[in-house]
Amino acid sequence: MIRSGAWLALLLLVAAPLLVVLGMGFGTSSPGVPPVIPPIGATGWQGSFEAWGLIFADTYYLDAALRSLRLAAITAGLCLVLGFGMALGITSAAPRWQAPLLALVLLPFWSGFVLRLAAWVGLLRDGGWLNATLIQAGLITEPLPLLYSEGAMLLGMVHGYLPFAILPITATLARRDPRLEEAAADLGAGRWTVFATITLPLAAPAAAAAFLLVFIPAAGEVVIPEVLGAPDSVLFGRAIWGEFFQTRDWPAAAALSTALLALLLAPIALYQRLSVAR
Amino acid sequence: MTLLAIEGVTKRFGTALALDALSLEIGAGEFFALLGGSGSGKSTLLRLIAGFERPDAGRIRLQGRDITRLPPPERAVAMMFQSYALFPHMNVRENIAYGLRRAGERDPRPRVAELVALLGLEGLEARRPQQLSGGQQQRVALARALARRPPLVLLDEPLAALDSGLRERTGLELRALQRRLGASFVMVTHDQAEALALADRVAVLDHGRIAQVAAPRDLYERPATRAVARFLGAANVIEAGRFALRSESAAPAYALRPERIRILPALPDVNATPARVTEIAFRGGDALVLADADGQSLRLVLPGGAALPEPGAEIFLGWDAAALAPLSA
Repeated sequence: MIRSGAWLALLLLVAAPLLVVLGMGFGTSSPGVPPVIPPIGATGWQGSFEAWGLIFADTYYLDAALRSLRLAAITAGLCLVLGFGMALGITSAAPRWQAPLLALVLLPFWSGFVLRLAAWVGLLRDGGWLNATLIQAGLITEPLPLLYSEGAMLLGMVHGYLPFAILPITATLARRDPRLEEAAADLGAGRWTVFATITLPLAAPAAAAAFLLVFIPAAGEVVIPEVLGAPDSVLFGRAIWGEFFQTRDWPAAAALSTALLALLLAPIALYQRLSVAR
Repeated sequence: MTLLAIEGVTKRFGTALALDALSLEIGAGEFFALLGGSGSGKSTLLRLIAGFERPDAGRIRLQGRDITRLPPPERAVAMMFQSYALFPHMNVRENIAYGLRRAGERDPRPRVAELVALLGLEGLEARRPQQLSGGQQQRVALARALARRPPLVLLDEPLAALDSGLRERTGLELRALQRRLGASFVMVTHDQAEALALADRVAVLDHGRIAQVAAPRDLYERPATRAVARFLGAANVIEAGRFALRSESAAPAYALRPERIRILPALPDVNATPARVTEIAFRGGDALVLADADGQSLRLVLPGGAALPEPGAEIFLGWDAAALAPLSA
């Protein structure tokens, strides 16, 4: 009963929308609502490969994809390092502090996503808190160009995705056997060696899972780069958005969405394997 | 020669007193057992010696050197954990070589091969711990602890995780190994039979203090206190003034071994009591009889072949004055 319900939900909420997007990529753009003619109509096949031709016509979309993958990798890498450190800190705190510390990690989720981005804008813009403070302190005379930069974008990305890295690593580290680390110390390993030879290798699957858990959604992120990033570098998510809502070329947007999914298929499969292994 | 000296060590966890100004000396080449129930402080003492805990007061000296403040990696002590704590991501060879590598050994292979041969682990070198039986894991843990030839080896309930069939043989192997290596072994156990069978000397711990330190035979025949006599289990503890006791020395209570009680045809004036048999257990070589004497249950062991009374029978029990071991508290 529950099983068939789950299959039904997967069919309706995952498989069906995916098929619609996949099919739309082979449709034809046309004015109207929706602005697309489906690839299969009353007379049979009426689709085209125009959209796929368009996205591979020049390197515009390929560059956007590479930029997105690069941003996702850097974000995931930073989240992994910071998240591992925080997870280590949380799990080695006194037991009564662990739950409150974990709650603090989740606290940002209680405020709206857009609100948090707006806060970064307020902090970083030319007349914002940071620049105003620095000018008042006499450290600078002209405001620093903090906002709409690669740095601001990374800051927003890491801030937004960090909890996804902290949670799986914390869960794994909290279950670790302290006797193993004691045994290593007893056999002559200093603190750093214990970490490098025992703690880290045993948490490696969780760390890889945390990396992918950030990498996968970060690759398609639209809003954070749009609000905080430099306007000239188009990312993959932004490109999809543009085709859907600005040029209203839905077949191209659908083809791009399918391509993004194909790009992420390998990391998603890897994540699945790691989750099962744990 | 003293290898390890514990001097007035006190350890508190919050308000609970785990060790209460405990002092103890362990000799070089000695097999020493720390025997006690749960909460007696025996495991805390082992963790203090290994360096995982710091005492609130007192000193620990190893080979004359004060190691109280030294972190675990700097102590010439190796511990075998009750759960073995084998590294699951390393095979047998890497587990055994771990301590050698930390000591800067470039090529640990010869020493690893030596330990593999010593503990009969041939053919298992490439296996991961989870692919080993409990007995094999125990031997790997022991090999790993022995790798750097520590003068002092700590064993936390070394036999507790083994099947009962394997326990006795492994215990004897452990002692033979200790004799051969000449290192001092300090074993924590809650099993009095294990402690008495394996150790040169046994310390009985009770509420963070040492109730008695003695060789197994002395401990068995002359327990110092009621707590020790009760913990060692088999002995009857008789309060002074009962059963017309007449002993060689005055004491508040006495321990009376079950094999020293006899069934008598008539009731003498001293050191005897009428009793009613409640339980009989024939054990092959001998028979255990439980009898109720004026509200106190007495255990006696009758040699095999002796005529056994029926349950419920009224009998007379007696013993020699010399059989009464005085208890100080």
